[in-house]
Amino acid sequence: MQIRIFALIVAICMSLFPVTSVAQTADAPDVSREATGGAQTLEDILARQRGEVVDNGFRSSDIGNPDSAAAMSDQLGTLGGASDPELWRALRFGTADIRASNNGPAATVLVQDGGMKWLLFREGPLTTYGGYLLIGTLVVLALFFLVRGRIRIDGEKTGRTVERFKAVERFGHWLLAGSFILLGVTGLVSLFGRKVMIPLFGHESFAVLAGASKWIHNNVSWAFMIALVMIFVMWVIHNLPDRTDISWILKGGGIFTKDHPPAKKFNAGQKLIFWSVIVLGASISVSGLALLFPFEINLFAATFEKLNSLGISSLLGLGELPTALAPHEEMQYSQLWHAIVSFVLMAIILAHIYIGSVGMEGAYDAMGSGQVEEQWAREHHALWVDEVKAKESATIKGATPAE
Amino acid sequence: MKAMLTAFVAIAIIAIGSNLVLNQAGFSSQEQGAGSAVRLDN
Repeated sequence: MQIRIFALIVAICMSLFPVTSVAQTADAPDVSREATGGAQTLEDILARQRGEVVDNGFRSSDIGNPDSAAAMSDQLGTLGGASDPELWRALRFGTADIRASNNGPAATVLVQDGGMKWLLFREGPLTTYGGYLLIGTLVVLALFFLVRGRIRIDGEKTGRTVERFKAVERFGHWLLAGSFILLGVTGLVSLFGRKVMIPLFGHESFAVLAGASKWIHNNVSWAFMIALVMIFVMWVIHNLPDRTDISWILKGGGIFTKDHPPAKKFNAGQKLIFWSVIVLGASISVSGLALLFPFEINLFAATFEKLNSLGISSLLGLGELPTALAPHEEMQYSQLWHAIVSFVLMAIILAHIYIGSVGMEGAYDAMGSGQVEEQWAREHHALWVDEVKAKESATIKGATPAE
Repeated sequence: MKAMLTAFVAIAIIAIGSNLVLNQAGFSSQEQGAGSAVRLDN
């Protein structure tokens, strides 16, 4: 099954977050293999060990030929026309006739050399830069707090409140928030397990933690997806861009000034958070579903094909991306994509949590009780308060019996 | 606050429910990945 729309979304997002490890340009020069009788040379082996891409075309089809097999009574006749190295090559390049008693397309792939690239990327750049991103975000937020302090309600409090979010809206928000935090923490446990947690806690303790993390991550994912749909349906209408966003952005949201640019129910900053959650959350959900149902949803061969045909991959200097992927490779790319997009969303959400709690006086009430101080609302969402008040007075007028 | 707590309870219910449903619908890793010759239970 291939989800082409997702493939396109991934293609667009991919241009923002290129996965450089997938570059497939053969950078090894042409080598003469006369000395080895056509077999790989020392230079081939060294190039591979240096991490360069070696074109294996010269040997991948060298897997023997049953038709030219010697008679059974002859020397080596029992091998059926394929020597041991030829048999191993067939296994290595995925052309051997494998039968397995377990199910699934992965069962018959015995050697998958793309896995090494995935493993190194996952252990290396993914954990390193992902970790830096989260720590960096926390440092920036701490610095911002030190410089700007808590954003206070400037005017005098009125003591009156305005209903900002209904119970169902708050329920949807907390369903998304609670599940995202659980998924984020358990996802980090899975990713940093081998590198950080096993050395700290040992194999035995980590095994218990990893098992529990996996159960939570797999099953809580459904609450996240349900909540994502709820949030989209409830709030999309308030998050369509309009002209008030331009002045809000030009004034930097009033974050560094005491100025309060007028905004409707959601200001441009909140709209950015909303669309980040929707787009990145949907992308995480689809790649997550691909991982939940292994080998059923293959996203990346189709995506790479699109990137190649649109010329995006060559524009980004990635060369021609591979379009024939082993079943495991589809899963590996899904895992990397799932983790990269999740790191970005986690960083955004850390900022969102900051501004919704310690960063701004009166903001938490919107999602706590749903009732916000009228002065807070006037300062941050002036146009929205006017709308609410206009509706209220219209209702009161309509409810007054005619005399 | 009530909406938040209700949502957290809902997360737990959805998680336990989806685990039950998927296992009963034959989506356990064992049923998906193992062939008839494999006896993981025994």
